Amino acid sequence: MSQDVNVFVEIQNDEIRKVTPQLVTAGRPLAEARGGKLRGILIGKGSERLAPEAAKLGFDHVVFVDDASLAEYSSEGYASAIVGAMQELKGVLLVGNTSIGKDIGPGIAQRLGLGMVSDVVNTESTGEKPSFKRPIYAGKAYETIEIQEEDYVLSIRANSYPSAEPSATAAEVKKLDIPLGAEKLRTTVKEVVERAAGKVDLTEADIVVSGGMGVKGPEGFDTLRPLCDVLGAALGSSRAAVLAGFIHPSHQVGQTGKTVSPSLYIACGISGAIQHKAGMSTSKCIVAINTDPDAPIFEIADYGIVGDLFEVVPALTEEFKKLLS
Amino acid sequence: MKIVALAKQTFTTEAKIALDGSGKISDAGVKKVVNPYDEFGVEEAILLKEAGKAEKLTVVTLGPPTSQDASRQCLAMGADEAILIDNTGHEELDDSAIAEAIASVLKGLEFDLLFAGFTSVDDNSAQVALRIAGILDIPHINVVSKIEVGEGEVTGWREADGRTEVVSVPLPALVTADKSLNKPRYPKLPNIMKAKKKPLQTKAIGELGVDLGSPKTKAIKFELPPAKTGANMLEGTPAEAAAALVQALRNEAKVV
Ligand SMILES: Cc1cc2nc3c(=O)[nH]c(=O)nc-3n(C[C@H](O)[C@H](O)[C@H](O)COP(=O)(O)OP(=O)(O)OC[C@H]3O[C@@H](n4cnc5c(N)ncnc54)[C@H](O)[C@@H]3O)c2cc1C
Ligand SMILES: Nc1ncnc2c1ncn2[C@@H]1O[C@H](COP(=O)(O)O)[C@@H](O)[C@H]1O
Repeated sequence: MSQDVNVFVEIQNDEIRKVTPQLVTAGRPLAEARGGKLRGILIGKGSERLAPEAAKLGFDHVVFVDDASLAEYSSEGYASAIVGAMQELKGVLLVGNTSIGKDIGPGIAQRLGLGMVSDVVNTESTGEKPSFKRPIYAGKAYETIEIQEEDYVLSIRANSYPSAEPSATAAEVKKLDIPLGAEKLRTTVKEVVERAAGKVDLTEADIVVSGGMGVKGPEGFDTLRPLCDVLGAALGSSRAAVLAGFIHPSHQVGQTGKTVSPSLYIACGISGAIQHKAGMSTSKCIVAINTDPDAPIFEIADYGIVGDLFEVVPALTEEFKKLLS
Repeated sequence: MKIVALAKQTFTTEAKIALDGSGKISDAGVKKVVNPYDEFGVEEAILLKEAGKAEKLTVVTLGPPTSQDASRQCLAMGADEAILIDNTGHEELDDSAIAEAIASVLKGLEFDLLFAGFTSVDDNSAQVALRIAGILDIPHINVVSKIEVGEGEVTGWREADGRTEVVSVPLPALVTADKSLNKPRYPKLPNIMKAKKKPLQTKAIGELGVDLGSPKTKAIKFELPPAKTGANMLEGTPAEAAAALVQALRNEAKVV
């Protein structure tokens, strides 16, 4: 048995994902309450190279597992590596609720015989039976789940916990040798098409600027892009704008699109249909810009401007430039 | 080829959520449907049957006796038989126990392909199907928007954060459906009538031989999100409103 709390350090495009320091924040009080250490686990391609960087994120220990069979992400390969690591290290496991976290988390929990709380947005108690809050019914309600056993798995929604400050001293880094039985892996990744490299990832973005039918056409999104650039924001959209062919489906926010929870969500020319709200209502601060004062989006907005986005958004971009330059 | 599709009964996504007297989610007056993501899986299985690639589709549901409406809906769409695991007396099982119960029934069925939704629209937990794949030790492809079934294998296209992956796994395998997999059909009246005669078998959850007594997690509280007090509306010309907004975001909301 182990009191430790382990964090899966996810690597994307050769970088440690932004959710990782947030997982450190979520994991630290759990480790303290258990009287254990906080450990980062890196898996696969690039893990050895990025381990020293991970060591400064606030972990007590960092381990990495590298193996030729892990060069490309596959759910089976990664899950086997983490299960192997956890069988040796034991304790609690935290992953981000990213597409990789969602893909491997439940299977890992099952293979370790552990309970799991997915899409956690808050820690309610770190006591003997820790409990965690998570949205249900697409954010129309919340439930608090209490852990009934010693060890467990959590997946944490991006941007729900603040990022931990980097530590001055680096944690000790160790290589972990896990017999992977690569010959038993059944999954073949045939092709990976990377999209929007370099641009901010929607689900992890700290600020999202979204456009709806109010942008009127594909070129309407060009009005929003300078604002995204100034703010370092990701570009989102309503489904109607996707269906109208204004923008690629990967930008869609909502019940049938991505769930985002940024600290700032700016909705431009979006009416605020229930299916759209389902993907963004847990944003910390919501701004709505709409010509219609009765648009339902204003009901959940913290700040609103009734006006033409083609006038307001450029003005806003200028103001932010002044503030942030 | 034989196919099993999982189909849970859930609230419609339009449902207004309220709490009942005991602080739990109330289902009073709420319309219930087949979990939309499960419907994509059922539809895909029927398409494979129609294409001559599959000969049989069994739908498995775990829930209260009233969720047989969901079973009947799938039979009306074109499934051949349905199994309902009646959870009476065990309504509040965690994902791990639900997966164990469903998996124990699946072990008694022959199948090459297992369809599920990638998440259910009520608990949004996205665990049960993947846990089942873990218990049965079959590979999976998660959140799939297109599939191709080949000789002894299935290939799925899945949207991951910022990328599209094309993944192949040997059968038997689990595929969990995303929204763009297909457009589920509305059953026609004659098919709804025919569905009433198709086999629907009910099994009591307590008789599956699965340990239901020691939950790993437990829901202890439900809440509604705090009501918003209404937006702070910023007035004036676009330039004035924009300036006021930037100030408010910096000094009040402290988000920039
Ligand atoms: C099963 C299902 C799933 C769905 N999933 C999603 C989902 O995931 N995400 C999603 O977004 N939707 C989803 N929808 C669709 C949803 O119901 C709405 O149709 C959609 O969100 C509307 O998009 P919109 O707000 O851009 O368009 P509209 O409702 O047409 O709103 C456009 C808004 O722009 C404003 N406007 C117009 N001109 C200007 C201007 N110059 N400046 C400022 N404002 C202007 C208008 O006042 C209006 O409020 C789903 C629907 C169904 C049935
Ligand atoms: N009670 C159930 N009956 C049948 N299938 C279920 C049930 N619960 C979950 N599933 C399947 O598992 C998927 C994920 O569910 P969940 O873990 O609840 O989000 C669903 O889309 C269903 O396909």
